[in-house]
Amino acid sequence: MHTFPSTLEAPAASEPLTAALVADEVTRKYGARTAVANVSLALAAGDCLALFGPNGAGKTTLLRLLGGLLKPNSGRVTLLGHELPGEAQTRRLLGVISHRSMLYDALTVRENVLFAAECQGLVNAGAATDAVLRQLLVSDRANAPVRALSRGLQQRVSIARALVHGPRLVLLDEPYTGLDQTGARALTEALRALKASGATVVLVTHNLPEGLELATQAAIMCDGAFVHRLPRPANGFDLASYALLYRELVGGGE
Amino acid sequence: MSELAFRAPSFLADTVRIARKDLLIEFRTRSGFLSATVFALLSLAIFRFSWDPTVVASVDLAPGVLWVIFTFSGLLGLNRAFGVEQANNALDGLLASPVSREAIFAGKALGNLMFVLAVQLMALPTLALFFGLPVGPEWLGVVAVAVLAAIGFVAVGTLFAAVASNTRLAEMLLPMLALPFFIPVLIPAAQATSRLLAGFPLGDVAAELKILGAFDIVFVAACTLAFPFTLEE
Repeated sequence: MHTFPSTLEAPAASEPLTAALVADEVTRKYGARTAVANVSLALAAGDCLALFGPNGAGKTTLLRLLGGLLKPNSGRVTLLGHELPGEAQTRRLLGVISHRSMLYDALTVRENVLFAAECQGLVNAGAATDAVLRQLLVSDRANAPVRALSRGLQQRVSIARALVHGPRLVLLDEPYTGLDQTGARALTEALRALKASGATVVLVTHNLPEGLELATQAAIMCDGAFVHRLPRPANGFDLASYALLYRELVGGGE
Repeated sequence: MSELAFRAPSFLADTVRIARKDLLIEFRTRSGFLSATVFALLSLAIFRFSWDPTVVASVDLAPGVLWVIFTFSGLLGLNRAFGVEQANNALDGLLASPVSREAIFAGKALGNLMFVLAVQLMALPTLALFFGLPVGPEWLGVVAVAVLAAIGFVAVGTLFAAVASNTRLAEMLLPMLALPFFIPVLIPAAQATSRLLAGFPLGDVAAELKILGAFDIVFVAACTLAFPFTLEE
C-alpha cells in the first residue's frame, strides 16, 4: 500500500519549461463565483493527468481553459509554447472529448468524423476517418445516422471525431460515460496508443479505476483548486488507498 | 497517426464545408424549410383572402406582404442555424478545430443565405399567382432586390442568432435583437419592389439597389468582425 503526503501538495511555483502543456496561475470566475482559482500545472509529452473531484469542483471549467475554449480572467495556458486558443496550427494539436457528443444527429457516423477530419485540414481525411472508425470498433455502423445509435456508440463516435487527426493534447471530460466494456476498452487502448506516441492527456472522471489506469499524475480538485496532486508511484497507484484519500479530502464517495 | 499530413487552413474551403454540412442537415431533417414554407404559404393565403382588390391594388399590397413573409420565414431559418450546433455542443468541436471564427460565421451565413433564397424562390411565384401580378422582365429586378436584401438580412440575422443561441429564450430573443437592424435593409427593399411591380424600369430603383449593396458590404464586414466576440463566455 502506498502512503500519501499528510499535507496537501501545492502546485509547483515554477513549472518545468520543457512541459508540453502549461497552465500558469489560471483563474476563471463566473460573476462573483470563482470556478477555477490560481491553478498551475505542467504536463510533459506522454503525460496523463487524471483529474478527480466532486460535482462543481471546477474540473470541466479547468478542462475548457486548458483547451482554449474558455478565456481565463487571469493567468495563461500554453501548449508547446503557444498560447491557446491561438493560431490554427496550435488548435490542430488539440482533441476534445466531452460527455456531450459534439456530433450532428442527422449526419451519419462517417459524415460526422469526416467533417471533423476535413475541418482539421487532413489531406487524406477519408482514409483517416476509416482508420479511426476501425480503431474505435464502429466501422460497421459507419453509414448509420448518429441519432440511431445507442449512447455508448455515440460516445465512441465522439471519441473517433476527437482523435481522427492524432492530437498532441487530448482533453477528456467523463469520456467513459455510457460506454460498455468493449467501448471502454477501445477508448483505453486508443488513449494508451496516443500516450505512447507522445500525446498529453488530461482526463476528468469520477471513476477512479479508469482514471488511474493510464495516469502519470493524479489530482483532486475541490472548490476550483487542486487539493492534492500526486505523480504515479513506481509500482502504480494503489486504488484502495487513493479511494480512501479521495473520501477524506472530498468527504464523499467516488 | 504520425503519417498524417495536413493542409493549410482555407477560409473559403472551411466556409463552404460548414455551409454544405448545414444544408445537408437541413435537407435530411427539413425542419426549418418546412416550417418556413408552411408559414410563407399560410401567410400568403391569409393576405390573399383578406385582400379586397376594389380598395387596394395588388401592386400596392404585394411588396409589403412579400417582405413581411421574407422577414419572418427567414427568422425561422436563422433560429435553426445555431440550434444544430447547440444540440450536442458541436460548436465546441468546431471552436477547438483550426477553422477560424470568421469562417464559421461565413459558413453559417452562407447556409442561411441558401435557406432564405430557397424560401424566396418558392414564395415569389406564389405571390405572383395569389395576387395576379403581371409576370414580365421587371421580376428580374425583384429577384436582384431580393438577393441583395437577403445578403444583408442573413449577415445581421446570423450574428444575432449566435448571440441568442447562448440564451434560454433564443427563439424569442432573436427577433427582438435582429428586427431593428433589419430595417435599413427592409425599407429600400420594399420600396424598390413596390416600384418594380408598379412597372418602373430597373434604372428607377438604382438608388435603392446602391443602398442595399452598401448595407450588404457594411453588415457583412461588421458582422464577420463582431462574430468571434459572440462566442466568448
